[in-house]
Amino acid sequence: MSLRSVLLGAVALSAVAPAAFAERGSDGHVNIIYWQAPSVLNPYMSGGTKDIESSSMILEPLGRFDETGALVPFLAEEIPTVENGGVSEDLTTITWKLKEGLLWSDGTPMTSEDVVFTYEYCTAEGFGCAQGAKFDSVSSVEALDDLTVKVTFSAPQPNPYLPFMGGQSPIVQKAQFQDCLGDAASTCTEANFNPIGTGPFVVDEFKPNDVISMSANPNYRDPNKPAFATVTFKGGGDAASAGRAVLETGEFDYAWNLQLAPEVIAEMEKGGQGKTVVGFGTLVERIEMNLTDPSSDLPADVRATREAPHPFLSDVRVRKALSMAIDREILVEIGYGEAGRPTCNLVPAPELYASPNTDCMTQDLEGAKALLDEAGWVDTNGNGIRDKDGVEMEILFQTSTNAVRQNFQDAIKAWWEMIGASVELRNVSGSVFFGGDAGSPDTFQKFYADTEMYANNFDGTDPQAYLAQYRCDNEPQPDNQWQGENINRYCDPEYDALLDELAQTGELEKRGEIAIKLNEMLTKESYTIVPLVDRGRVSAHSNTLGGVVLNTWDSELWNVADWYRIEE
Amino acid sequence: MLNFTLRRLLIAVPTLLASAVVIFGLLQLAPGDPMANVPLTVPPEVKQRMREALGLGEPIHIQFWKWLVQFFWIEPQVLIDHIFGTSLSEGKLRVISWQTRSPVMDIVVQRLPQTLWVVGTSYAVGILIALPIGIYSAYRQYSVFDQAGTFISMVGYSVPTFFTGVLLIVIFSVNMPRESFFWFPSIYDTTHVVDSWSAFGFQVRQMFLPVMVLALYNAAQISRFMRASMLDNLNQDYVRTARAKGAGERVVVLVHVLRNSLIPVVTVIALGVPQVFGGAIITEQVFKVNGLGHLLIGAIEANDLPMVQTLTFIFAVLIVLFNLIADVLYGILDPRIRYD
Repeated sequence: MSLRSVLLGAVALSAVAPAAFAERGSDGHVNIIYWQAPSVLNPYMSGGTKDIESSSMILEPLGRFDETGALVPFLAEEIPTVENGGVSEDLTTITWKLKEGLLWSDGTPMTSEDVVFTYEYCTAEGFGCAQGAKFDSVSSVEALDDLTVKVTFSAPQPNPYLPFMGGQSPIVQKAQFQDCLGDAASTCTEANFNPIGTGPFVVDEFKPNDVISMSANPNYRDPNKPAFATVTFKGGGDAASAGRAVLETGEFDYAWNLQLAPEVIAEMEKGGQGKTVVGFGTLVERIEMNLTDPSSDLPADVRATREAPHPFLSDVRVRKALSMAIDREILVEIGYGEAGRPTCNLVPAPELYASPNTDCMTQDLEGAKALLDEAGWVDTNGNGIRDKDGVEMEILFQTSTNAVRQNFQDAIKAWWEMIGASVELRNVSGSVFFGGDAGSPDTFQKFYADTEMYANNFDGTDPQAYLAQYRCDNEPQPDNQWQGENINRYCDPEYDALLDELAQTGELEKRGEIAIKLNEMLTKESYTIVPLVDRGRVSAHSNTLGGVVLNTWDSELWNVADWYRIEE
Repeated sequence: MLNFTLRRLLIAVPTLLASAVVIFGLLQLAPGDPMANVPLTVPPEVKQRMREALGLGEPIHIQFWKWLVQFFWIEPQVLIDHIFGTSLSEGKLRVISWQTRSPVMDIVVQRLPQTLWVVGTSYAVGILIALPIGIYSAYRQYSVFDQAGTFISMVGYSVPTFFTGVLLIVIFSVNMPRESFFWFPSIYDTTHVVDSWSAFGFQVRQMFLPVMVLALYNAAQISRFMRASMLDNLNQDYVRTARAKGAGERVVVLVHVLRNSLIPVVTVIALGVPQVFGGAIITEQVFKVNGLGHLLIGAIEANDLPMVQTLTFIFAVLIVLFNLIADVLYGILDPRIRYD
């Protein structure tokens, strides 16, 4: 070996060294900023993303989703599947095996009892567990021995990775939470603010809605991790100042979810202190078509229910024409830049479930006009608005208050007016629009408008529950205090039958086929839902922070144990 | 005077009760839902169970009664327990925040010091700047200094703090090189502990921008009052008398005129003190100071009714209290005013 290659090898080694041989706590301090501040460090108490992600540095589930959506074991030895015998053939049980020698941050051993307790904790009467949906299908959780847990479902569960999987349902310590069951949950402030976990960090001090100070967990299972000794997790403010703190002033190392106009982010990146990272998940900005009549002339128990079909949106050709009039490329450009891409699908990912449907991609104003003519919607009275049987095509288009959405509204209004509709725009404060208050006429569930725009996604990687939202009778209606999820009041027996088939299919290939068909029934076949933009997540990290892998399938901080400082 | 004070304190009781009812009523009427920030991926049945766990299903008058009992009966017991180490409040349900599911008062106590430090300092700095400017502007009315002072105070008063705050951040945090002495942090480090002189130095640095933004605003207001009040007095007969008997200009302005002019200004300053406790909602938000204003705006956004109710009520108490203090001060400073 020549001297030259020895030297080269040495240089290469020293470059790898900081990452490979770092000791626990050798990289000092890291600053993280979330512009929404965590309120509580117990994800079972709050469904808020800020609370789930901040607590994911402390509490861990049995397994997580990685950046591609694949399952990775965390506290578990491996991911149970039908092949390795962890999931029973009839899909009714899943048996998890814990890693050996796991310790809580207080030094006591973590056992299967803690997993069983986590189930009891979330399902206790009177608690109002925010992650209740993860456990709805579970009939029992039992500890077979200290390291083995068996979860039994009440019916075959093609996707058994709901409980104890992902940032939403981590394991809590039995010893700490055993007096906090049910109604007593709110009395356990100490436990909710300082949970004992198995994750890479422990809470030193938590100031609710403000800041968390953390330090490396001395009992973390990998003796060389985390590389950072201490963490400051700051919350609050707005996306712009969080972005500025990382990209321009360099005061912080990581900023979460920068929902900002593309040109604002580009301007900030010129600061040179950091860079942005983008990841795509399942979040889709869409227009929902109201298939029922929201007219205020109707009696309250009929208005916006299936008893009153919509005067023009019940015609699929009208819905299709409205979709054809939209130029999604332009919407992406004005609203999201790199953090968005046009889509025609309700389920844009994972690949297995994503339909290849792209027929909405090109705008076709002439085609839209022709389609409306064909459907009998023409301007008979010369007022510039299409009408039919005395009904004018007047569209009330609502959304939540948000700068990007108002820009979208303006653009879409212009296109719809070009094809001869009259459009009235309306925006409602997010806390009301998404609030679900049955007494308010302005919620997205009540849908007292013709079309509305918002974004939604699904947890994890399996779209079954998401697609099942569009089942008949799951629509918001007076009988259920307007709490359903079938916002469009879509109802197709064929769709429901296919859903039932999906619920009984375990084989992945087949599940993919069915999900794609369901997605197409809602989008390109019926235009009940008009998807616009597949929205990615933009976060930013400083140039000196290494190891960041943006993950939209789980907590963004899922691999915080692997983060390290890049020496300049 | 004592009689007057007692009478005012008695009147304060129904006033405060009425304001509690109004605050509660307004919050009930306001649209919004504490579950609005919960992602749409959480199904509606789960959200409904979460609402019930917060006690939202109960009739309105019971919710109000519970709050009254918790605030006026249980919270004082907690305070007594805290001071004397007793256990009066054990096992009793306190006012619980919907966001954090922990007692509201604990969070208020945690936030109060930051607000008093930052907003209190800015108020003091504002007063220290305002008084000399007001005095000199009045003494040299229509001089260049007066015109400039008028211009600056108009700017300070009319430019909103969210603008000046961001402007200062752009100048002193973004464009200023990091090594420069004039670089100041744009984000307040709320975990900072002052335990040495260098730590104190950092505390001063991180308070600098928010304090300056607020001080400019406060100074603009108070200096106008000071100037107007000085002008009123400078034309009085007693000033001419003082000059006629040979008193120097310094004595005339700073002893005769200033003392009389301060009477209305002191009451204006006293009336402004509740704002100090209320925190500076916008400035605290811009610089991420974890004070009471920051807490209130977060609670409003999250529809955390118990928190909003408790905070606004505490502000109402402070406003009533400082109105009373201002009235009493007026009587003490100006012997001509008697309430009895």
